[in-house]
Amino acid sequence: MSDRTIDRVAAATPALVAHKIKGLSDRAIAWIFVAPTIFLLLAINIFPLIWTIRLSFTNYKANRINREPEWIGLRNYERILTDSDIWLNMQATAHFLIWTIFFQVLIGFALAWFINKKFRGNDLWTTIIVLPMMLSPAVVGNFWKFLYQPQIGLFNYIIAFFSGKEPSSFEMLGQVNLAPWSIVIVDTWMWTPFVMLICLAGLRSIPDYIYEAAEVDRASKLRQFFTITVPMVLPFLMLAVLFRGIENFKMFDLVVQLTGGGPGSTTELTSINLKREAFEKWRTGYASAYAIILFVTVFGLASIYVKALNKVKER
Amino acid sequence: MSYSKLATASAIAIAATGVANSAQAEDLTLCWAAWDPANALVELSKEFEAQSGHSMNFEFVPWPNFADRMLNELNSGGQLCDLLIGDSQWIGGGAENGHYVKLNDFFDNEGISMDDFAPATVYAYSTWPKGTPNYYALPAMGDANGWFYRKDWFERKDIQAAYKEATGQDLREPQSQTELLQIAQFFQEREIDGKTVYGAAIFTERGSEGITMGVTSALYPWGFKYENEPGTYDMEGAVNSAAAVEGLEFYKTFYETATPPGYTNSYMGESLDAFKSGQVAMAMNWFAFFPGLAADPVTGGDKIDFFVNPPQNIAASTLGGQGISVVSYSDKQDAALEYIKWFAQPDVQAKWWALGGYSAHNSVLQDPSFVDSQPFAGDFLEAMDGVQDFWQEPAYAELLLAMQKRVHDYVVADQGTAQEALDKLIEDWTEVFEDEGKL
Repeated sequence: MSDRTIDRVAAATPALVAHKIKGLSDRAIAWIFVAPTIFLLLAINIFPLIWTIRLSFTNYKANRINREPEWIGLRNYERILTDSDIWLNMQATAHFLIWTIFFQVLIGFALAWFINKKFRGNDLWTTIIVLPMMLSPAVVGNFWKFLYQPQIGLFNYIIAFFSGKEPSSFEMLGQVNLAPWSIVIVDTWMWTPFVMLICLAGLRSIPDYIYEAAEVDRASKLRQFFTITVPMVLPFLMLAVLFRGIENFKMFDLVVQLTGGGPGSTTELTSINLKREAFEKWRTGYASAYAIILFVTVFGLASIYVKALNKVKER
Repeated sequence: MSYSKLATASAIAIAATGVANSAQAEDLTLCWAAWDPANALVELSKEFEAQSGHSMNFEFVPWPNFADRMLNELNSGGQLCDLLIGDSQWIGGGAENGHYVKLNDFFDNEGISMDDFAPATVYAYSTWPKGTPNYYALPAMGDANGWFYRKDWFERKDIQAAYKEATGQDLREPQSQTELLQIAQFFQEREIDGKTVYGAAIFTERGSEGITMGVTSALYPWGFKYENEPGTYDMEGAVNSAAAVEGLEFYKTFYETATPPGYTNSYMGESLDAFKSGQVAMAMNWFAFFPGLAADPVTGGDKIDFFVNPPQNIAASTLGGQGISVVSYSDKQDAALEYIKWFAQPDVQAKWWALGGYSAHNSVLQDPSFVDSQPFAGDFLEAMDGVQDFWQEPAYAELLLAMQKRVHDYVVADQGTAQEALDKLIEDWTEVFEDEGKL
């Protein structure tokens, strides 16, 4: 008897089943196994996507069942791309995205660097650090709302302690200049541990002998850091940036809990605005076009980024 | 008849009665917002259950999610609710999209006359198109935005003297919007019993309808109008009139100079909290909450009093309240109509008021004892005489969210001017009405 796995599986197949599939090619059998998944994928992902694209060219409103939708061509796209308010939402999203990723990578890598050192209580600290990412965003949003409260909030008191200002003299969630930073702080607090864990995995994947060889070559610690640690952790770090970038581009729950998009529209990220258009104003056609624009943006950026990531890996 | 025959006949009769009862008895679900009057309605409905044999279930949703939850339910043709006490602004959509059952024939057959209800409530809660005798709801809960204040502080000699010294006037219930602001500014950051207090709690909430309801409480008294001529959708010069701009600037000044710190996203709950915790001297909120406030053991009783939204150029209040409708997707419409018939009775309406609900029935409102029945009853009557409501168009959600954005951007986020905010609002609303084919 052959040792090939497929032969062993064939031998173990009950005679009745074997009889039924007798005569089918390997390709046909493969299709039989894959078909349910493809069907589900088409039903759940592809069909809604095509349907959304179709709706984006109409003035359809899901709450107006008695009104026949009209084909309006590219009007929804034109409206969205020329709407200055939408560009402000895009700017708010870009601000949130860039600064959260910047701080999370910086702090996450630094934490991973320290945690990677052998010291007493290392495991305990790791557990404590990863706690925030285990919480629900709704819970985090709610309790940070209390922390930011100008009269009783701990955050204001800590800042007041160091700055000498009155705790109630500034409002993290209520002031236009502070609110965008308040959501950056909370997201950074919550998701830095995630970046740290990925960086930690990268750091622990570097074999010790590389550092030992560098020591033999009398490379300084700084040189070791920039020529060994950073290049070898970079693919991991880029993966973390990709995950956090995609996540934060569609950030909704945390910011809704904290600011509701306010004050005014200062922290109204695109996902919040999209939700309002789709499920509060019920402009389904318009919201479909909006969703397609966001999808193309994320898909395009992510594709470029993944190519860059693959290049880094190949080096 | 022999004993056995009698027993058999009795058994058949009992069984038949049982079958008849089980065929008629329904499990009705009434949907509304989760707030004080809803609890009163649960209590009131026990009488209906006893009389009709139907059982009542209630689906109460917190206010910030009420519109989202219920409009989704209606738009999806859901059968959760047999009866819905929906906001006044939903009446246009409810009627045009076929969510609500038209009640004209039912009212005619059962002898229910809309003349028995306060005209303002019939107009706002029941009719679509507005003002026409096409009824989609029975006025269930009259309501308007009003004010309450710390009477015990207002009556203190030291505070009265300080106010007189600061303003040259007597401290009293405000008679105008500007006096309201003056009093609020007087209390702002004042030390009372060793505690810093603030002027007033107003509505600034961004997510649902909060700031619009607050801002309109200033805009209406200044003379704000939605259209130059009702039904024309001609808004230029009405929405952004000089009086409207002044009213909006006033609300921003109020927000900036007379509210507690961090009061950037506040609605009903926050207003009640601010008042009950002794943080503010005055607060705006819906009359629906006033029975609970008057009975509050800490800040109620002798410590509280109420006043109608003060006039400025005219007397006007923002309308709240709701009508009760039968949902067209319900398969228990007969039982639901039975509930409305029962609810419309004058004696039930009297109990509704006694339990803490706001009846809109003339037999209750015109009763000579009504004004003295509660400390806020007279103010309620006065407010209902001058109520104005937001658009009640089928596209009301789009119109509302546009206003939420424009006024929050201006009042709270300090972006642009009042004139710009109202000009942009006209642009937004014009776009909505163009999409609707009304312009």
